[in-house]
Amino acid sequence: MTTLLTIIVLIFILVAIWQIVKIFDLAQAKNENSQVATDKDNTINAYLMMGFLAFIYIITIVCFVKWGDLPLMSNSASEHGPKIDNLMIISMVLIFFVQTVTQFLLHYFAYKYKGEKGKKALFFADNNKLEFIWTIIPVIVLAGLIIYGLNTWINIMGVDESEDPLIVELYAQQFNWKARYGGDDNTLGKANVRLIDIDRANILGVDEADPNAQDDVITTELHLPVGKPVLFKMRSQDVLHSAYMPHFRAQMNCVPGMITQFGFTPTVTTAEMRQTQEIVDKVKNINKIRVEKSKDLVANGGEALEPYEFDYLLLCNKICGKSHYNMQMKIIVETQEEYDAWIKEQKTFKASMTNEAEVETLIEVTTTEVAETVTQ
Amino acid sequence: MSAHEDNHAHEAHDDHGHHHHKETFVTKYIFSQDHKMIAKQYLITGTIMGVIGVLMSMMFRMQIAWPEEPNVLFEALLGKWAPEGVMDADIYLALVTIHGTIMVFFVLTAGLSGTFSNLLIPLQIGARDMASGFLNMVSYWLFFLSSVIMVISLFVEAGPAAAGWTIYPPLSALPMAQGGSGMGMTLWLVSMAIFIASSLLGSLNYIVTVINLRTKGMSMTRLPLTIWAFFITAVIGVISFPVLLSAALLLIMDRSFGTSFFLSDIFIQGEVLHYQGGSPVLFEHLFWFLGHPEVYIVILPAMGLVSEIMASNSRKPIFGYRAMIASILAIAFLSTIVWGHHMFISGMNPFLGSVFTFTTLLIAIPSAVKAFNWITTLWKGNLQMNPAMLFSIGFVSTFITGGLTGIILGDSALDINVHDTYFVVAHFHLVMGISALYGMFAGIYHWYPKMFGRMLNKNLGYIHFWITAVCAYGVFFPMHFIGMAGLPRRYYTNSNFPLFDDLANVNVIITIFALVGGVVQIIYLYNFFSSIFYGKKAVQNPWKSTTLEWTTPVEHMHGNWPGDIPHVYRWAYDYSKPGHDVDFVPQNIPLKEGEEELQH
Repeated sequence: MTTLLTIIVLIFILVAIWQIVKIFDLAQAKNENSQVATDKDNTINAYLMMGFLAFIYIITIVCFVKWGDLPLMSNSASEHGPKIDNLMIISMVLIFFVQTVTQFLLHYFAYKYKGEKGKKALFFADNNKLEFIWTIIPVIVLAGLIIYGLNTWINIMGVDESEDPLIVELYAQQFNWKARYGGDDNTLGKANVRLIDIDRANILGVDEADPNAQDDVITTELHLPVGKPVLFKMRSQDVLHSAYMPHFRAQMNCVPGMITQFGFTPTVTTAEMRQTQEIVDKVKNINKIRVEKSKDLVANGGEALEPYEFDYLLLCNKICGKSHYNMQMKIIVETQEEYDAWIKEQKTFKASMTNEAEVETLIEVTTTEVAETVTQ
Repeated sequence: MSAHEDNHAHEAHDDHGHHHHKETFVTKYIFSQDHKMIAKQYLITGTIMGVIGVLMSMMFRMQIAWPEEPNVLFEALLGKWAPEGVMDADIYLALVTIHGTIMVFFVLTAGLSGTFSNLLIPLQIGARDMASGFLNMVSYWLFFLSSVIMVISLFVEAGPAAAGWTIYPPLSALPMAQGGSGMGMTLWLVSMAIFIASSLLGSLNYIVTVINLRTKGMSMTRLPLTIWAFFITAVIGVISFPVLLSAALLLIMDRSFGTSFFLSDIFIQGEVLHYQGGSPVLFEHLFWFLGHPEVYIVILPAMGLVSEIMASNSRKPIFGYRAMIASILAIAFLSTIVWGHHMFISGMNPFLGSVFTFTTLLIAIPSAVKAFNWITTLWKGNLQMNPAMLFSIGFVSTFITGGLTGIILGDSALDINVHDTYFVVAHFHLVMGISALYGMFAGIYHWYPKMFGRMLNKNLGYIHFWITAVCAYGVFFPMHFIGMAGLPRRYYTNSNFPLFDDLANVNVIITIFALVGGVVQIIYLYNFFSSIFYGKKAVQNPWKSTTLEWTTPVEHMHGNWPGDIPHVYRWAYDYSKPGHDVDFVPQNIPLKEGEEELQH
């Protein structure tokens, strides 16, 4: 019933707007005998063009003042972060310079050269010199940007194995993340989704026969020691996901059937980050918003929101299904000592497996059956 | 010269034809082979699809602004997908997916290119009709069929396709991954396969017509820029659409016949699937091999329309005609070798990323040349601020704003961080969504007299433009900032991330602009539909333009010109040429004695 009513109301509103437009249309039909712009139209719209230019500038300034505190341009927590941020800032400055100038020229010309009866435009069809200038300037600027950009890109994506990075697998499934550490040998055991055995808690399909796998550690929180390079190996068991770690300027898709990788070095611990002025202010602001929202919620009989505390996050950033919007994992960057203490507390893969007795028989089956399909 | 002879042969045949055939309602309005009627059919179908697409965007914008709050509109329009008025997460993704599909393909490809290529190619090159009227009719009806299937897919039990308009497998391939990947996705793929067939028939027709049926004197360098844009667009379409068809067919095979082109090593809902050895990355390559040229298929016709309208309303030749053609060609060429910039972080080799960064940033050069040439066209003009002109200026404005951020997204190092955030959404909506829509509106306001023989109400046009222009910036400008704060796109709600709580108010502002911007389109719809019947009668050449379509009679006739097809003696941009009394010299006026033709 409400559905029907809503649709009827909706239709009435639409008809009302339609009729208002119609009245406007009919009211002015008589005194207008031409639907082609007159000098008066030209003048009014020319002024509006200048007004619109002002609007563009104002919205730019308002956006920067209000929301210009951009976490993706400052406050990076990885070694390569500042390189990306610098490139971003340079590109931004360039963009805003070009934007300001070209929008001005466009709208100012639209204002300045508004049509008047009897005026004749300048017959100006071509000027090779001018065109050469505005071809060559973008060429030079872009050459600079390309060189700078590619340099940064190669720098980030090049994996330096000699640094002995910590190897961590990021494992994605609808709709959560797991992390797998290589353990004492810092080597991940082989794994394939065909080895997944939910009953025995082998949820990542780690190969039980692989000696490297025995000391692997699987966790639901990502802990990283500060200052140590880490190389992520990404896997997905079902659909595409993307491991997005905005604070570290890091992102890579997780693709079923292949292993992708991304490496970086975290430089700021979670505790340190929480202390920075920017984050303190941000958290304060967010908590103010949450308190306001909680008031409404409580008034409606709901529960109040928990206060927010800053944490690094891993988000899923590739559409992956219904609960894509809630696929996240907490990242904790800590000192080497804290990390060592934490990892020691975690169960190894071997210890976490249930039904130890059955392992021996199963190993024989699985190794012969899927030896060819195992990937690492 | 053989081209011209063909044309005469065609003429003779046509004259013969139209004396003997009696037109019935069905052959005139439904199964018409007349390019002008087919153009109108494309436009009206595109408009209806556009209304659906815009309504969807208004609904999901409300969900983003006021997440998980009951909304009577949702309850009324979404039915079981909004129990007690709260939008379901699955249908949110479906709305986003179908909105993208409809706007990109059905509105901005078929609605824009289909309408204006059909209307203007024969009229502006001086031909009686398209090379094949029959294929043209088939092309429209295939488009109509694909539209119907797409709309039907909205009503299937498990919901419409919901894997994003890019339909990346495995999400789109596995019904157990998502409700929409069942029947909804099957219909999506069938609809798109038919759409591609329609698009290919149309494109081949446009190419053949432009090459063969130009009137005497209409050399390639005397063509209006509209025709150049449509011609090159059709070429890109013929090159890239078949690749999407192959991707769709392989995906259908994976879905229905158990092949493993795109799938491998999948464990879902407690079971291991048999797929082995395929790769979703292959699909991404195939998809974007069309997907990127597609954005130029969308924007090039708009550029052509805008170039023509700007010159006509500035009463000045388009500045740098040859550079404009060269930049269309450069953009077309580059568009086919940049698709990888959608895949920097897909897991492909980073070296490939470097190559695609290089080619992508090169596109900025021809784009910059075009923008500067448009601005210079305004300089020292005598600007007639008709609604079409306002939309053209608006086009240049949004094209610059949106295009500039492409420098960030095309740069692989920077893309790592803003990939798939709202920054991307803001970028492509401005540069190819809003801009192409402005191009389409500009075209409609300008050629409405040619299509319907009546004028649109200009004052409604002004109101339509100014409110739309403000709303477009109001929606997409702040969106860059929430993107740069790291907010991912395609999230049903952001409330699970307290990190983004301070962006909630921005989303409310954006949504309000979106709702206002959506509702004011009623002004346009009213103007469009009521003017068909009650608009002021048009004169033959209301905008005092130089191109051939304005030499045809106002009342449509089969074959376009009552007598012989006019011959062409000059380029399309003799506006305000010194030595003439009037400020425009149509292309069919012979050069005066001693007059020099600006040979380009």
